[in-house]
Amino acid sequence: MLSLLPEVSAAENASELVSFSSCIPTVKLYCRPLIRTFIWNEKTVNMSQPGYVATPPYSQSQPGMGGFSTGLGPPTSSPHYGHYGGPNSLYSAPQSGMLKSTVPFGSSAPVGSPPPGIHLYNQTNLQNGPGTPGHQQHRFQGPSPGSSVPPSYPPYSHQSQPPYANTASPSSTAQLANQLGTMQINSYGPGASPSSRMPSGPPASFQGPPLPPTQPQMAIPPGAQIPPTPANNLNGICTPPSLPPLAMQDGIPGSGPPNANLQQLPGQPPGPGYHPQHVNYGPQMAGSQLSYPGAFPGGPGQLAGPQQKKLDPDSIPSPIQVIENDKASRGGQTYATNIRGQVPPLVTTDCVVQDQGNASPRYIRCTTYCFPASSDMAKQARIPLAAIVTPFAIVPPNETPLYVVNHGETGPIRCNRCKAYMCPFMQFIEGGRKYQCGFCSCVNDVPPFFFQHLDHVGRRVDHYERPELSLGSYEFVATLDYCRNNKPPNPPAYIFMIDVSYSNIKSGLVKLICDELKTLLDKLPREEQEEASPIRVGFVTYNKVLHFFNVKSNLAQPQMMVVSDVGEVFVPLLDGFLVNFQESRSVISNLLDQIPEMFADTNESETVFAPVILAGMEALKAAECAGKLFIFHSSLPTAEAPGKLKNRDDKKLVNTDKEKTLFQPQVNFYETLARDCVANGCCVNLFLFPNQYVDIASMGLVTMYTGGTLYKYNNFQVHSDSPQFLSDLRKDIEKRTGFDAIMRVRTSTGFRATDFFGGIYMNNTTDVEMAAIDCNKAVTVEFKHDDKLNEDTGALIQCAVLYTTISGQRRLRIHNIGLNCSSQLADVYKSCETDALINFFAKSAFKAILTQPLKTVREILMNQTAHMLACYRKNCASPSAVSQLILPDAMKVLPVYMNCLLKSCVLVGRPEIPTDERAYHRQLIMSMDVANTQLFFYPQLLPIHNMDVKSDAFPTSVRCSEERLSEGGVFFLANGLNMFLWLGVSAPPEVIQGIFNVPSFAHISTEATQLPELDNPYSKKLRSIMKYSQSQKPYSMKLIIVKQREQPEMLFRQFLVEDKSIYGGASYVDFLCCVHREICQLLN
Amino acid sequence: MATYLEFIQQNEERDGVRFSWNVWPSSRLEATRMVVPLACLLTPLKERPDLPPVQYEPVLCSRPTCKAVLNPLCQVDYRAKLWACNFCFQRNQFPPAYAGISEVNQPAELMPQFSTIDYIVQRGPQTPLIFLYVVDTCLEEEDLQALKESLQMSLSLLPPDALVGLITFGRMVQVHELSCEGISKSYVFRGTKDLTAKQIQDMLGLTKPAVPVQQGRPLQPQEQPVISSRFLQPIHKIDMNLTDLLGELQRDPWPVTQGKRPLRSTGVALSIAVGLLEHYETLANRTAANGHCIDIYACALDQTGLLEMKCCTNLTGGHMVMGDSFNTSLFKQTFQRVFSKDFNGEFRMAFGASLDVKTSRELKIGGAIGPCISLNAKGPYVSENELGIGGTCQWKICSLDPNTTLAIYFEVVNQHNAPIPQGGRGAVQFITQYQHSSMQKRIRVTTIARNWADAQNQLQHIEAAFDQEAAAVLMARLGVYRAETEEGPDVLRWLDRQLIRLCQKFGQYNKDDPNSFRLSDSFSLYPQFMFHLRRSPFLQVFNNSPDESSYYRHHFARQDLTQSLIMIQPILYSYSFYGPPEPVLLDSSSILADRILLMDSFFQIVIYLGETIAQWRKAGYQDMPEYENFKHLLQAPLDDAQEILQTRFPMPRYINTEHGSSQARFLLSKVNPSQTHNNLYAWGQESGSPILTDDVSLQVFMDHLKKLAVSSAA
Repeated sequence: MLSLLPEVSAAENASELVSFSSCIPTVKLYCRPLIRTFIWNEKTVNMSQPGYVATPPYSQSQPGMGGFSTGLGPPTSSPHYGHYGGPNSLYSAPQSGMLKSTVPFGSSAPVGSPPPGIHLYNQTNLQNGPGTPGHQQHRFQGPSPGSSVPPSYPPYSHQSQPPYANTASPSSTAQLANQLGTMQINSYGPGASPSSRMPSGPPASFQGPPLPPTQPQMAIPPGAQIPPTPANNLNGICTPPSLPPLAMQDGIPGSGPPNANLQQLPGQPPGPGYHPQHVNYGPQMAGSQLSYPGAFPGGPGQLAGPQQKKLDPDSIPSPIQVIENDKASRGGQTYATNIRGQVPPLVTTDCVVQDQGNASPRYIRCTTYCFPASSDMAKQARIPLAAIVTPFAIVPPNETPLYVVNHGETGPIRCNRCKAYMCPFMQFIEGGRKYQCGFCSCVNDVPPFFFQHLDHVGRRVDHYERPELSLGSYEFVATLDYCRNNKPPNPPAYIFMIDVSYSNIKSGLVKLICDELKTLLDKLPREEQEEASPIRVGFVTYNKVLHFFNVKSNLAQPQMMVVSDVGEVFVPLLDGFLVNFQESRSVISNLLDQIPEMFADTNESETVFAPVILAGMEALKAAECAGKLFIFHSSLPTAEAPGKLKNRDDKKLVNTDKEKTLFQPQVNFYETLARDCVANGCCVNLFLFPNQYVDIASMGLVTMYTGGTLYKYNNFQVHSDSPQFLSDLRKDIEKRTGFDAIMRVRTSTGFRATDFFGGIYMNNTTDVEMAAIDCNKAVTVEFKHDDKLNEDTGALIQCAVLYTTISGQRRLRIHNIGLNCSSQLADVYKSCETDALINFFAKSAFKAILTQPLKTVREILMNQTAHMLACYRKNCASPSAVSQLILPDAMKVLPVYMNCLLKSCVLVGRPEIPTDERAYHRQLIMSMDVANTQLFFYPQLLPIHNMDVKSDAFPTSVRCSEERLSEGGVFFLANGLNMFLWLGVSAPPEVIQGIFNVPSFAHISTEATQLPELDNPYSKKLRSIMKYSQSQKPYSMKLIIVKQREQPEMLFRQFLVEDKSIYGGASYVDFLCCVHREICQLLN
Repeated sequence: MATYLEFIQQNEERDGVRFSWNVWPSSRLEATRMVVPLACLLTPLKERPDLPPVQYEPVLCSRPTCKAVLNPLCQVDYRAKLWACNFCFQRNQFPPAYAGISEVNQPAELMPQFSTIDYIVQRGPQTPLIFLYVVDTCLEEEDLQALKESLQMSLSLLPPDALVGLITFGRMVQVHELSCEGISKSYVFRGTKDLTAKQIQDMLGLTKPAVPVQQGRPLQPQEQPVISSRFLQPIHKIDMNLTDLLGELQRDPWPVTQGKRPLRSTGVALSIAVGLLEHYETLANRTAANGHCIDIYACALDQTGLLEMKCCTNLTGGHMVMGDSFNTSLFKQTFQRVFSKDFNGEFRMAFGASLDVKTSRELKIGGAIGPCISLNAKGPYVSENELGIGGTCQWKICSLDPNTTLAIYFEVVNQHNAPIPQGGRGAVQFITQYQHSSMQKRIRVTTIARNWADAQNQLQHIEAAFDQEAAAVLMARLGVYRAETEEGPDVLRWLDRQLIRLCQKFGQYNKDDPNSFRLSDSFSLYPQFMFHLRRSPFLQVFNNSPDESSYYRHHFARQDLTQSLIMIQPILYSYSFYGPPEPVLLDSSSILADRILLMDSFFQIVIYLGETIAQWRKAGYQDMPEYENFKHLLQAPLDDAQEILQTRFPMPRYINTEHGSSQARFLLSKVNPSQTHNNLYAWGQESGSPILTDDVSLQVFMDHLKKLAVSSAA
């Protein structure tokens, strides 16, 4: 086998192949860099030729493109692949052999043959051989078919295979049952058996040229990215960019097909460009793995540990690589939204967005920018069709803020039939007297005041003067028809409701809040031209009863009004409750001084909660305005009152069918309350300071439905947690927010929005109601077909949000985006956006856990992942050995992200994980936008020890795996909620000195939650990095300093998401194997 | 023997009792034929400066169903130290303390002049008075300011050890915590929700965690819950605080839609006030019945809902005061007068009283009309025929002042065929237990007796002993009481019929000859009272708001006889150069150009200048030295009016008007319209002032009455 492998690789030229071959007794996995390619069918092959075709790409090209890319791929990192061993181990499982045989993998490979792998390989080669060589060259080298690429391969080919085969077998015999446990231990364990590593060794050697792990990958990605750029590939010389790298095929065992692909390529249409959209992976791990759902944990361990080898982590698609490549190719540039269906840069890439007719990706991101033309196709691919809308996203200062269009008393112009708002998708006809709605095709008269002549191309002369004709996003001033009761709304109000029960008083929290509010209220949001904020404020304290305060400006001292009727709570006053802070400053200040003293001697430990919300809502209702409640609460509301909760946290429910009840509210009262709050424009922000279980599933419900934000500070300590809390509070108060909002998503014919996820409430199937929506809240909208889509007109989406501004103006914010449609699955796949997909999957899964067992939800996710990839493999990729894992370029990192999602604490049922923590995360994710889910699921890990302190450049992140850490390193990790500074035991003293101002590692105190402000480059740079990480994030992160090999490191390790988690989540590699196995099963 | 008039007057002064009949018909049948029921007006706390209370417990009849108090009418066997109850004839031993009694050493209660006697008893703990202010804040700023000042002023009038509390209400009800520093604190209740006392106490945090009480063990003094509450505090402690608190009172902070009335939660405010007091009561002495008194001071041009709230005051004996604004002397002085003191320097108010009535066998109790509620005490004296609040022989009167007067109706049950021996007397005993404002518990016992007479052969005795004033008031109370539940015209018809029957019974006439009709002196004024009663606001709701009607009726049901008569038939005085002021007929003929009239209708004091006088005044003659007498003439009614204003409670509306002014309507609506636009010329008189009304005049009324009385058809 060994010998063969190299050959194979050479022949394929492929970038990366990971292949697994199964021997009789054992299964082996071989991974190698594979080049990705795909060929659909021979026809296409024939047809296709040079890669020129720029245009065709969309429709057909994929095959071709793929092919090319493969060719290009060479760069490769093959070296890494060498190690497959790791993963294999799994497979090596005894019966695995059997399984395999049955299993798809080595389709070509006969089970029995001992060297089967080899044989297969050979075969494949052979197959490839004939046609391939030439072809391949074609591809690779790009334009000229003739050029042979092969050379490059040889080196890569890795080959450590041989060892595997043998080794594996023995072990395999045994395993079955025990695999899990053992595997875990062996394979992943830190101290993993030396032997296992051994294998990797060899590969390393191969690597020689390229940088170790990273490089190869790097290379790959570029290729991947390139794809977007249409033309290059073909022509482009084998430009690295082209796909090659992407695909990792494992072609080994079943490799036959891969080669075929290559061969075909030539024939294919030049597939202009679109290269490689797939990444093929090779790991085949399948054999031994257990069934997914439960199995994560065990993943791929191997008994034989020692002998087995791991799949080289560097050989599998790296999110970092993908991100960095996108940054490199699109970062810092201007992204114009003038082309329908173009895939925007990744969320991690900084660029300037220019609105030229479609909404900026900051406002709308889609899971795919090309919808399948028919529902059959959609079902086949199972790619979720969804858009993540962040209607109030913050745009950087260098991008144009939204224009406000005022059509006066007539209000916005809308289609008579579907009520869509005037937008660039409206087609003006009949000399400009009429327009045809792009959504429903209804022909409407143009109102006289809006009439304008058309120019020679049928475009209105004033096209560029009117935002609603030329931009993707803009706002309309709404008329009274759009207001509650046809009355102009009042400016919103903020009500601060402070739990003054014993624990909050004792912890000093109440005093902290009161002191902060005195200055913070000066920073209430205001319109830019105004001097003062129109937002009024009110104050309530509560424990078992509620205390309202009259802080009317003409009072000498505040008045406290106690409402003890918590069973049927009400607002005792109106005038004097909600006041302008500037006017009542002295009374409020007096009040805030007194509150901590007033309750200083309290021994009341029971609290109410629902009545507090109710009171706030009633207050807003009475004042006829929308607003936000800021509730600072600490304990489970056990006092006798509506919404009373009892401690129902039952660890025994975990992993049972009843586990879902832990995520459901304990009593119905909260749902009703949430509905009422939304109906009255009352948004509830909840700051929780729990010392124990507080039933977030119940308490957070209203917050979630009302578009509020939930903050949680476990075991709050004033000295260490106040910076985080105060920063959250400040951000929230200053946040730009739209109130009393209602969103409607309209689509062109053929599909429609069917499901919505987020901090929203829906009374019917179309109106998305939000008591408030701020710049961090996103709504994920899922679409389904109800008819065939027209490829010419594409799929158009208009998202309209009616809301009240902070100054009490009623506005309509419109975001339009046009997507492509295609009857080619390949088009769909290449237009996918993995970050958006994960956002969608996370939200839909987190919603599903309310009704389904977690196990089922995980299965569905796994299933769908496999299905999407299998469909691609089946329909878009060139035929190749089943044992090859082929990933579409745009979904290269889907498995790793999906794995992160699957091992998020919400979806992992382990009694050690506090139920509240799970409910909390679940709730946060539900309204997150794409950038934040991306970061949340795949944290950013930055090496600090070797950063260039002289430059302003941000260090390049590394993959979230323990392997990336080093004893001599210092790493910074952030996921949007948590922030760590990890210190290796032998971290450079100068770095330590620079950061902490202490002489050595041993002197560092891990108590601190903030870094000292020191005047040296290390300190400055690290703090600026941290500051940057914090900026634009919805939550403030508390810094936790972690020393290597100390207890808290366990916590830190949970964020190394590519590794196996202590709660049993699979490592990336293992997961990939699982996916692969699933795919294989599907393909069979 | 003195005349009946003197007798009646003496009785009233000594006992505070006036009977419609002072000689009682001895059989049921005859009694019903008397038309006017046997009834009395009782002023339980009539001020008796000459009556020092005795400091011991009354002696009670030992029969459990009787328990009458030893009184001068009882037969006493001094030797055997026995006394016979004059109601049930039970023979009782005197208690040991009476061992020394003899004919010459009688205890006070056996002396005839002590037919009314006050006992001071030492029972239970003495509880301080509690004044809980329940204040409406849905007011105009000025009004509220005035009200605040009045309340602040009242604090200085309260006894220093009295407990005070403050509840304010508008749309919500606020119970203010007193003695808070730095921040004023109040508990707020929803104005639309009725809560039980228990709930209220829970919400105010008044309920203490239940302490197990051992059964059967009497509470020891030291176990008495400490009487302290955040809401009720001794006035001397929180005088300043409360003054500040009142000063900071804001108008109800809820916006009122244009054209709508503010939402007031008076009912709940009161309910909460009661809940609070109940709590206090339970703490203090666990009395079974609460005995709170609710005063309502309603001042607004608008409707305030007195109609709806009237039971609160009517049933608890509270005051009801109605005015246009708190910013008027009417309210301010009335309110001040609530806290006036008697000759002993004590508040003229008593609380938590209960009235117990005993009668001799020939009588039963029909009921009572006044500021009281039934205690549902059945007994041998209770008649099945209810008149007023009946079915009981005990009533609760939550608040009493020296003028509070109840009408009590009796029924003669003696059968015609069981004649009462000559010289027999019927007796009634009124036992009023109450808390004096000095916190003492007191019992006032009044025992009266009247002769029986056989109506068949001694009708003239009965007739002569008729107290037409008392009868008019008693009938009026019945009428007003009925008017609360029946249609106005029905009540009028009933009154008319009663009057006609009375005239038929006691008039002297020839059948079918109206001109022959005569009434004896003891009846002569009665028809006139009825005439004015028919026109009074107590029975005529036209032109009065429901609130006003309720207000008038409230006072009519609690004032003493004199005041009640003034209400029925206002008094009119005439001032002129021709002599000293003289009472004149309440008749339009009394309205003359050169007179000044002073009318007192209890609720209003009207000074009316005749046309000429008004012109003179306008011309300023009063300011000319040579017309000083005119100045004096103008001043005289003002002084007299002032005198009335000083003493009357509630303070009347003071109207100073003149001929042709709109306010003159207050006078014109009261006088007998002997001259109207209909008969102005027919009378051919020059004097007087015609009233533009279609109401019948007294003359017409009397004519009809005579005609009907003598009619044989009736």
